[in-house]
Amino acid sequence: MIEKVGNRKHCYKKITERRLFMPLVCLFIVLLANVIKTPDFFKVSINNGVLYGYTIDILNRGSELIILSIGMTLVTAASGGQDISVGAVMAVAAAVCCQILSGGAVTTNTFENPLIIAILAAFTVSILCGMFNGFLVARLHIQPMVATLILYTAGRGIAQLITKGQITYIRVDNYKILGGYIGSCPVPTPIFAAIMTVIIVFLVIKNTALGLYIECVGINGSASRLVGLNSAMLKFLTYIICSLLAGVAGIVASSRIYSADANNIGLNLEMDAILAVALGGNILSGGKFSLAGSVIGAITIQALTTTLYAMKVSADQLPVYKAIVVIVIVILQSPIFKKYAAGLVSKRAAEGIEGAN
Amino acid sequence: MKNRRLKKGINSSTFLLMITIILFFTMYIAGMIIYSDNGFAKPQMFLNLLISNAGLIVIGCGMTLVMITGGIDISVGSVTALVCMSAAYVMENKGCNIYVAVAISIVLGGVFGIVQGYLIAYLDIQPFIVTLAGMFFGRGMTAVISTDMISIKNELFLKWANCKIYLPFGSVNRKGVYQQAYIYPTVIIALAIVIILSFALKYTKFGRRLYAIGGNQQSALMMGLNIRKTKMQAYILNGFLTGIGGFLFCLNSCAGFVEQAKGMEMDGISAAVIGGTLLSGGVGTVIGTLFGVLIKGTISCLITTQGTLSSWWVRIVLSALLCFFIVLQSVLSSSKKKNSR
Amino acid sequence: MNKKIVLSVKNISKSFSGTKALSSVDFSLQKGEIHALMGENGAGKSTLIKVITGVYKYDEGEIHIGERKICNHSPQEAQENGISTVYQEINLCPNLTVAENLFIGREPKRMGFINWKLINQKSEEILRNLNIEVSPTQMLAECSIAIQQMIAIARAVDMRCKVLILDEPTSSLDKEEVEKLFELMKHLKKEGVGIVFVTHFLDQVYEVCDKITVLRNGKFVGEYETDKLPRVQLVAKMMGKDLDSISNIKGERKEFSGKRIPFIEAEGLGHQGTIKPFCLAIHKGEVIGLTGLLGSGRSEMVRAIYGADKADSGKLKVNGKEVKIHAPIEAMKLGMGYLPEDRKRDGIIADLSVRENIIIAMQAIRGMLKPMSKKEMEEAANTYIDLLKIKTESRETPIKYLSGGNQQKVIIGRWLLTNPQYLILDEPTRGIDIGTKTEIQKLVLELAEKGKAVTFISSELEEMLRTCSRMVVLRDGGKVGEIESDDLTQDNIMKTIAGGEQEND
Repeated sequence: MIEKVGNRKHCYKKITERRLFMPLVCLFIVLLANVIKTPDFFKVSINNGVLYGYTIDILNRGSELIILSIGMTLVTAASGGQDISVGAVMAVAAAVCCQILSGGAVTTNTFENPLIIAILAAFTVSILCGMFNGFLVARLHIQPMVATLILYTAGRGIAQLITKGQITYIRVDNYKILGGYIGSCPVPTPIFAAIMTVIIVFLVIKNTALGLYIECVGINGSASRLVGLNSAMLKFLTYIICSLLAGVAGIVASSRIYSADANNIGLNLEMDAILAVALGGNILSGGKFSLAGSVIGAITIQALTTTLYAMKVSADQLPVYKAIVVIVIVILQSPIFKKYAAGLVSKRAAEGIEGAN
Repeated sequence: MKNRRLKKGINSSTFLLMITIILFFTMYIAGMIIYSDNGFAKPQMFLNLLISNAGLIVIGCGMTLVMITGGIDISVGSVTALVCMSAAYVMENKGCNIYVAVAISIVLGGVFGIVQGYLIAYLDIQPFIVTLAGMFFGRGMTAVISTDMISIKNELFLKWANCKIYLPFGSVNRKGVYQQAYIYPTVIIALAIVIILSFALKYTKFGRRLYAIGGNQQSALMMGLNIRKTKMQAYILNGFLTGIGGFLFCLNSCAGFVEQAKGMEMDGISAAVIGGTLLSGGVGTVIGTLFGVLIKGTISCLITTQGTLSSWWVRIVLSALLCFFIVLQSVLSSSKKKNSR
Repeated sequence: MNKKIVLSVKNISKSFSGTKALSSVDFSLQKGEIHALMGENGAGKSTLIKVITGVYKYDEGEIHIGERKICNHSPQEAQENGISTVYQEINLCPNLTVAENLFIGREPKRMGFINWKLINQKSEEILRNLNIEVSPTQMLAECSIAIQQMIAIARAVDMRCKVLILDEPTSSLDKEEVEKLFELMKHLKKEGVGIVFVTHFLDQVYEVCDKITVLRNGKFVGEYETDKLPRVQLVAKMMGKDLDSISNIKGERKEFSGKRIPFIEAEGLGHQGTIKPFCLAIHKGEVIGLTGLLGSGRSEMVRAIYGADKADSGKLKVNGKEVKIHAPIEAMKLGMGYLPEDRKRDGIIADLSVRENIIIAMQAIRGMLKPMSKKEMEEAANTYIDLLKIKTESRETPIKYLSGGNQQKVIIGRWLLTNPQYLILDEPTRGIDIGTKTEIQKLVLELAEKGKAVTFISSELEEMLRTCSRMVVLRDGGKVGEIESDDLTQDNIMKTIAGGEQEND
């Protein structure tokens, strides 16, 4: 015990490091597997003035996931539940954006309305979705997953209604920028979008007390109330942020394919986002969170996805592996399992002592 | 006895169920009036509701069981797809007979139930996370079996699927020919399950334990009930029911494909909630769920008959209805709390 | 052995990781007797009950039911041995009918299926026998709390219990309901059931109990006939004071001398179900103590002032201005601070660091958009870690790794940082070593000297006498008296706490 006190500073430092330690290990393992399989995995070349390579591809394809996982992290931390409507919200935002741009037509070659209005409208709709989720969770105290299940199923239907059941195409080069490249910049724009989002959210958390408040509410609701925090308001806010970020991701995804495909935009991404949060070392039942962890988690997932694609696993089959990973993580996080594992360790230790005696 | 209960005032769960039943009849009668020339008034129309939703009825019943314990299962849609696909695969690509397909369907459902039940009951993991993973796993496995659609051409299967059982009444169609009303065997199985379960919930210890656990888990423990075991049993039974429901669904669709039964979990949950099952657990009946399914069926019927609305409206209306009932439940329970204070 | 004895506990000891919760406690219960188990918070009442009902394993001693020696491993086993317990929180299912709650887990069957007719019939019989006026087919949720409590008792009794333990059954009942419950208890007594009655309401003890066993600090103090033990004596025994040897501690306490400027004025403030409307003025530079037995409404009174439970009646003036407080943040902005009673549940935010735990209240007052800079936070944290001598490895150590006393100091630091005009300390010294206790007491006096108003709540009278210049006495969820200056003696306080002496003598 005395020894422990002396070492505590050391131990504690270890713990802080450990928060990002596991996520990094996971990422490392996935990357290592890739390097072994394809030695030129880290090779980045420039073709036609554009960066090419597996790593660039992972970051590019993973942009939406990174954006989503940040929102999901905040929701998880504050409410101890997840928002499973993010994929559907992406579809809705994309539908609104494209429909305004096309002025209601199925396909268009010029913007019928200014781009900025379309994007703002998409954000507004996303925020409305977030308010709906937030209201159900924070005000009516409905379990987050049940509450967001409503939009999860209805969302794509709404998106279909907005696009009148068709895929709206925006064949304007300016629209493709967000999902493609800016001018002659060799780095894909989605990577910038993801970095921008991460920086903005990070700055918001850094320059306000939001992060501290969210952690407080997630860890101990009743104590938070007594020190003057409004937990309902904070939860509400995180759902709005989460949906807004889903809207951003939706526009990026739609710009990539310069269309609003209500059926496929953001499909199965909710699972990936939850997985990213869990892989990032965040506890799914709320409390302390690490945005960096979630970002690493998101990149890991995308790397895994890309790897599986490379191994000729079809897109439809991916969820099998991801589901298994989720289950393994939640089992490892579950208190009963931890107790059991700790029991094994202490038993072994006890046996050791007995043996020594 | 009945009088006394009425005098005591209608409690919230029966109140919700009453709303549901009234809602169903209003919708159906409205449909009969508006679309009388489309055959809405014919008895066959009503029977078609049962025929096309036989699988959902069984799945909804399973959902009701786990929701009574305070849990939830969002993997049912995927499991249904997996069951359909597996059944189609073994019959078409492996040449197995229909009995093997039936056995595989039920076993698959059971395995899902056992694994998910164990994780939920014995490791205390949130049912939502477990079944969310189950949902993706099931859908993914379906794709692993085959990404293409497999339509079932097994003779015996088609014979089962198209075996009409005529009822002693009917209606006259536009051409003036008398058509006898009929149902499929699936309807009989589904209704039998509803009856058996509704009896079991009321008259077996297992049934009552489900309610006790949902009402107050801590109390149930103090009263000497084995919570983990009961929860496990509920999820296993739900798994088997999903397997059976999936097969009934398959008999209706005669095919297996990846996108099948998408959103079925939502239909099941909606049906249960609309039928008076509380999300917080402890209250619910399978009869209510049956009405919930009928409402869902009527909505989709009305929307298809209307013709100009897209099929997406079904899902949106159903979600809105679910939302309405959830809010209603929340309001009722909070007003109750106020009263008891 | 006396044949009438149904339960006898001999020399029971139990310790939790080194600390003795019970040491050689004796307890015996006779047939047809209502026996009160009394003691202040932490005296070992609930541990004793948990040992008897098999929730905890005991280290030493014996438990006998009648002549038979038993060893319970679970509440179920205790039940089979004839010991039933009814807790304050009713352990029944609100969504089932009364009859079903009576029979769940042991339903009579006919041909393999539950026989509802028989259940309802039997329930009706049980309820009629015990004079509980409720229909067996009614939903439990529709019954009043008292009826629910009685149904829980009926369930216990019907399971052929010889010993019925009632753990604080009356805390959430109103007067009439308590009467009904007492009738039921007397009825059971006549049928020969031995009842252990745990409560902190003195009136109730004197109304129904035949005998009283007092515990203090995990030790057996004595068993007394109710008629032969005056109330003041009982309170003295529970608090560990012998009336004859009470010396008047009036040591360091300074008489309040300055001008009386009220900071808080409550007029008829109350919260239904927790605290009856009360009037109270708290002045600047004054330490006011709230005293009373556990559950008398001490915490509830301050919670109503602070807005933790939104007051539903009366008026509150802060600094002379009438205010309505809807949430704690509003009280904080008016210059209040509140150290809650349950440190773990309401105080610490376990996973956050000491620094974050210290600054969180200040940050909440400043608002989300004005975060404290890193430097400010570190300075604030360092200041209070030094000032309060908080023993922590570093500023950034999660608070959950600190000892209880240091956690408490962190929370005190949290409030001192907000520089409150009025600080409420609810049991700040519970479970804390003696050194820290004196430090906290000194701090309280210093605060008062600086002109702040302080409310101090503690179960230890001596501590209160040392620090408070005025004391408010509460009983049964209401204010019953105020004592100050020369009247402020242990004797007086205990008499006021005990109350109703005249009627009983």
